[in-house]
Amino acid sequence: MLLLIKYTLLYGIVLMLVALGGMFSEHSGIINIALEGIMVIGGVAGVLTLTLLPAEMSPALVVILSILAAALAGMLYSLLLAFASINLKADQTIGGTALNLLATAIAVVVAKYFSETGSAKLNYSNKPFLFSIGGLELSVFVPLGFVLLIVSFIVLYKTRFGLRLRACGEHPQAADSVGINVYKMRYAGVLLSGALGAIGGMAYIVPPVQTWNFEVGVAGAGFLALAVMIFGQWKPIHICGAAMFFAVFKSLANIADSTFLAQLGWSSNIYNMMPFVASMVILAFTSKNSMAPKAEGIPYDKGSR
Amino acid sequence: MNKKKLSRGGAQGSLTSVLAALLCILIGLLCGYLVLVAINPAHAWSDGFVRILKGGFHDAPYGIGKMLANGAPLVMTGLSVAFAFKTGLFNIGAAGQYTLGAFGALYCAIVLHLPWFVCLLAATLMGGIWGAIPGVFKAYLNINEVITSIMFNWIGLYLVNEIIYGNGSGVMYDSRNTRTWNLRRMEGGEVSMIPDFGLNDLFQTNSTTIAIFLAVVVAIVIWVILEKTTFGYELKAVGLNKSAARYAGINEKKNIILSMMIAGALAGFGAGLFYLSGVSEWNPLNSTSLPAMGFNGISVALLASSNPIATVFSALFISHITVGGSFLSTKYYPTEVADLISGIIIYLCAFSMLFRGKIHSLLFGGKRADKTNVNAEPAPAADEKEGK
Repeated sequence: MLLLIKYTLLYGIVLMLVALGGMFSEHSGIINIALEGIMVIGGVAGVLTLTLLPAEMSPALVVILSILAAALAGMLYSLLLAFASINLKADQTIGGTALNLLATAIAVVVAKYFSETGSAKLNYSNKPFLFSIGGLELSVFVPLGFVLLIVSFIVLYKTRFGLRLRACGEHPQAADSVGINVYKMRYAGVLLSGALGAIGGMAYIVPPVQTWNFEVGVAGAGFLALAVMIFGQWKPIHICGAAMFFAVFKSLANIADSTFLAQLGWSSNIYNMMPFVASMVILAFTSKNSMAPKAEGIPYDKGSR
Repeated sequence: MNKKKLSRGGAQGSLTSVLAALLCILIGLLCGYLVLVAINPAHAWSDGFVRILKGGFHDAPYGIGKMLANGAPLVMTGLSVAFAFKTGLFNIGAAGQYTLGAFGALYCAIVLHLPWFVCLLAATLMGGIWGAIPGVFKAYLNINEVITSIMFNWIGLYLVNEIIYGNGSGVMYDSRNTRTWNLRRMEGGEVSMIPDFGLNDLFQTNSTTIAIFLAVVVAIVIWVILEKTTFGYELKAVGLNKSAARYAGINEKKNIILSMMIAGALAGFGAGLFYLSGVSEWNPLNSTSLPAMGFNGISVALLASSNPIATVFSALFISHITVGGSFLSTKYYPTEVADLISGIIIYLCAFSMLFRGKIHSLLFGGKRADKTNVNAEPAPAADEKEGK
């Protein structure tokens, strides 16, 4: 049971962080399908920083620096999406898909360049990231995730910035008419999603293992986070719940063989499939009254009526 | 603002598209070269860049055979995405449809020992069914096909892996190689292999079959359907404006589902071409990544600006540089530099409309750029920028 809680928290935090990132971007009016790629970039940047930092550095500093590096890389990478979809008014889904493809290629090339063996595997120490409370081993990403959740909630609903951001996703023309710079707000939304997505990518890779093969990227976690965001109806607290719900299935896939569930004879494939099936069912039922930001996916054009 | 045309804008439009694609390729290659220089400057030109450019020709005829063998399924997934684009849909689910297609083909080949064309048909059918599901979701529940396709990609992957692997005792699973049975070495597998008519001897490979010719034929058929038939016209009309199409008496729900089904069938056919040629076997233990062929199809379609005939050439090009990348000496460079190049190219293609507008105004005077909207993309900023 403890194992189930541990895996659920670890994986749920990842999904939640990335989905929160997607939420900020979509509230500003940009569909961020590049979350998967941003996760990969964040992961590779964070892991690289981990390996390059001197071993005698204090653990706290290592954690802070590598997370910051990941967030920064994610923001830089998301600028590509922002530039293409805001300034050049390119199709956001196509741009995002391109960035997903590009991210894996970049990560593999970078990882192969820095690894000693010439393979895409990087070795690192995840010790600084782990701590345990009463036998429950957790990573620093769990408290960090909950802090970021509360911050996201406050930013989105209790600040002027959040209100303006949401306005740009609902009706950019109206926002513009009262003097809000729509382009700036959309850049802000995408950059926030880049930072959160990248931290999520690092949280996906670092805590469970000490070596990562970047050829597999993050195995669809970014896309699952997209489903979490929709399932969570673009609201922070709902997203947290949805992420934990999805994570339970994923944890079951990990521990199914060693517990009473083994008697059911279901393989990990079935458990892995469940969150996707669940999100399709939910989507089918909620599609009629979706809470999606109204203007998402539409490039803002000052001259259009 | 969104000026959309049903037919392509004649010779000028095509020329502009080709030039825009070439520009994307050029910038992509340039970025690739810079990466090579950054990794290892001493070998960047002759051992790196030239090998990628030469592609299969570096090790002819074997390399060319390999390029054709990998190019055939790529043409099909490219066509799948291009066909959906033409009808106003974004088929990001080609990877999942490809997965199901592979299952259909391999099941008929390994378990039922059916002749190759029946296996191909099964692959097409399975892909079509998997493609139709997002179509149904889109038509009846108005859920964006992108989200549905992504979900069904993963559902398909896990489903197929589960059936093939069957906890290690699946009929199609060869536990020694941890893959599906090799058709060439399997008893009774030859009937299910696509014939090669001596192409394997010609190219000194063992997986170059007539697949590439089949793919070209399908590309031509798709072009005819889209450009010369009422059916194709209706599909495109629904893609451009659903309400107007319904007003004109077109059943838009049926057409959305049909579009996605055909797109899926094309991807499934591609999987059949790949696995029945014996290029490689399915690995059901790989549960972390979808077949790359499906996503590369998106690059192919974008580069070809969704023209079925151009798809053939752009697929061969992508296959060409990928094979070129595999010939890179791993001592100096990772083979993924080729993926990097195609990744950059597709990112550029995402806003190639902008290039198209610029090139057009350069070539044909300051006239308004012909907005041949192939990707159902929103109008580009090109014109406004010029006005400023």
